[in-house]
Amino acid sequence: MFDLTGKRALVTGASGGIGGAIARALHGAGATVGLSGTRVAPLEALAAELGERAHALPCDLTKDADLAELPRRAAEAMGGVDILVNNAGLTRDNLMMRMSDEDWELVLRVNLTAAFKLSRAVLRGMMKARWGRIVNVTSVVGVTGNAGQANYAASKAGLTGMSKSLAQEVASRGITVNCIAPGFIETAMTEVLNDAVRERTLAAIPAGRMGTPEEIAAAALYLASPEAAYVTGQTLNVNGGMAMI
Amino acid sequence: MSDIAERVKKIVVEHLSVDEDKVVESASFIDDLGADSLDTVELVMAFEEEFGIEIPDDAAESIQTVGDAIKFITENS
Repeated sequence: MFDLTGKRALVTGASGGIGGAIARALHGAGATVGLSGTRVAPLEALAAELGERAHALPCDLTKDADLAELPRRAAEAMGGVDILVNNAGLTRDNLMMRMSDEDWELVLRVNLTAAFKLSRAVLRGMMKARWGRIVNVTSVVGVTGNAGQANYAASKAGLTGMSKSLAQEVASRGITVNCIAPGFIETAMTEVLNDAVRERTLAAIPAGRMGTPEEIAAAALYLASPEAAYVTGQTLNVNGGMAMI
Repeated sequence: MSDIAERVKKIVVEHLSVDEDKVVESASFIDDLGADSLDTVELVMAFEEEFGIEIPDDAAESIQTVGDAIKFITENS
């Protein structure tokens, strides 16, 4: 149904579960994909699995130089960027009273500032092309908050506000900016949760199960597609009914 | 007409898709040539690229007409 033939997508955090699934989905719809991520081996494995139209772009978004270089490297590899998926994210959980400045700043830098800089860098080409898609992966906790995740929740709420502002600025140029807010998804990020937390979380999810990365990728594919041209500044909540907002 | 003026006008014609004869020095980007605020940002960035200069935000705000742009670029390139 969704055809992205000829479109070039840069996906950050592509060495992780959700990012990898998003890259697969966009690639499956015909897009050329640039795979950014910190872990080189999974990135190259994914690029090899996808074959043609896939480029591994190892990048550590905590490093300013890497971040500044990424848009140029993506444009060189693919000829431009039509779709940007800001999916890279990390957590440094702690109760706020015990949260260090470093853990606050690191989470904000990767989850929010990197998305700002990458979006700004790709906008020029999208403005010229009069077409573009920016999809930001946020989180249910950006709206609900979560004890132990003040930094993470702040970064995701910030990303939502940034998206809505940018969406208003560039809507007249055929560029949409949207968010996907996953709930609890089976990834390395949620694997570390202990059984008690897992039990409690599942009890709060009407669907009675965790989501899969593919279910997030399906939302990304829709938002990146030509069919979603009239959807902008929105958040698509994919959370099994965990929060109905 | 100077080389700079020619190049500025060419950029304006291309970016705003307006007739060349409308792009006179007294023409205001917004009032006469139908530009919106985003167009003016794009124009400033295009000028920066074309002439290899940097146009600070406060200077960009004062560039309202084709003539303003030509004057600024002539003085700063």
